Amino acid sequence: MEIKVTAPLTKEDAAKLKVGDIVKITGTIYTARDAAHKRMIEDYGKTGRFPFNMENAVIYYAGPAPAKPGSVIGPAGPTTSYRMDSYAPFLMDHGQTGMIGKGARNGQVIDSMKKNKAVYFAATGGAAALISSHIKSAEIIAYEDLGAEAVRKLYVEDFPAIVVIDTEGNNLYETQKAKYRTL
Amino acid sequence: MRQISTQKIIEEVKKMCISSNCNLNSDIYNALKEAEKTEPSPIGCEMLRQLIENAGIAKNEQVPICQDTGLAVVFVTIGQEVHITDGSLTDAINEGVRQGYTEGYLRKSVVKDPFIRVNTGDNTPAIIHYNIVEGDKLKIEIAPKGAGSENMSKIFMLKPADGIEGAKEAVLSAVEAAGPNPCPPMIVGVGCGGNFETSALLAKKALLRPVGSHSSLEHIKEMEIELLEKINKTGIGPQGLGGRTTALAVNIETFATHIACMPIAVNISCHVTRHAVCEI
Repeated sequence: MEIKVTAPLTKEDAAKLKVGDIVKITGTIYTARDAAHKRMIEDYGKTGRFPFNMENAVIYYAGPAPAKPGSVIGPAGPTTSYRMDSYAPFLMDHGQTGMIGKGARNGQVIDSMKKNKAVYFAATGGAAALISSHIKSAEIIAYEDLGAEAVRKLYVEDFPAIVVIDTEGNNLYETQKAKYRTL
Repeated sequence: MRQISTQKIIEEVKKMCISSNCNLNSDIYNALKEAEKTEPSPIGCEMLRQLIENAGIAKNEQVPICQDTGLAVVFVTIGQEVHITDGSLTDAINEGVRQGYTEGYLRKSVVKDPFIRVNTGDNTPAIIHYNIVEGDKLKIEIAPKGAGSENMSKIFMLKPADGIEGAKEAVLSAVEAAGPNPCPPMIVGVGCGGNFETSALLAKKALLRPVGSHSSLEHIKEMEIELLEKINKTGIGPQGLGGRTTALAVNIETFATHIACMPIAVNISCHVTRHAVCEI
């Protein structure tokens, strides 16, 4: 069953999502990956502010390819999430409720998700051209010098994703692997 | 001496950077289509369907299959009768990469220093491997590679006593540790033998081989087949979301080694394993 998700994502809505839910996300999300995470947290230490409202924010771990003339954005699939593990709990403690990426997360991230009622979605890694068709607007709002790693504000419609870790810490990667394992 | 101008090289490298990033090679495309027919996991099947659809969009619109258009890895096989004119070969390859990544709207993913991480802005320098052979031909192979899978790669300095079973265990452990991170279904490149750096280079070269091909060495071919079967029993599946299509191929290359050594390098690659070739 397909579930509609609205971004920004409230903690109440996040808590309703269950592992394995196939979702379509509509609303405003922000791209940030390695360098942007590092800088956002450093800047917060100096100024007490993030480049966007972290309350109920959904962050997409992505660094798009350049847009061709006439396109909103270039191909923009997810990057591997574990590289953001050391930053994610801090952002969740400051209001972030959703992460979109791909791949495994560590125990600290999952504990923080349970504590903060946040959810982790997987988008299809490498399906970047397909995913971009769901991005309706894109604007760099911080760290333009980082190029592909700049923070972008995106408006997405029916962005396809799967709940891979829910607010209770249930983990689809683990349950699905066990189900199909015959070694 | 046969003369080859750098202008020709720049043009070919540029074209291959763009084509290899936008067009999924038919061996991988066909392997994804085959896997979709047999994959028992509904989520896994949906992931394969999306990857096939995505490859179609990328080809039709000539946009990159994946936003990570990689480090430009270039293998150059140059005949010793070739004389390069109008500048340096290395500069020409880098210029081709610069033009290809700029004009092809490919992502610039290179930072100048591992610690002072400032983007070079044009995806150079390329990673170039030279091999000198007899003859008067110049062969250039381009294999741009993304970092999600590259980061999951490993080298094991095994002992000769570990034998072929130890090597198989090492490869399997690298794949299990990678899990969902490298965008499975993967292509697993394995380099056995040589020394520390040679095994890694062999593993990278193994990724240039088409899906479905096998080593000409019987014991290595058997190892490839057995490992692929085992990897597809791990349950990892497409995108790590469960299933039987974890890898499309295990390609193994070997080289002579020291009496005390048995290096095994595992270069994991994603379902967008890119490869373009030209011979001038």
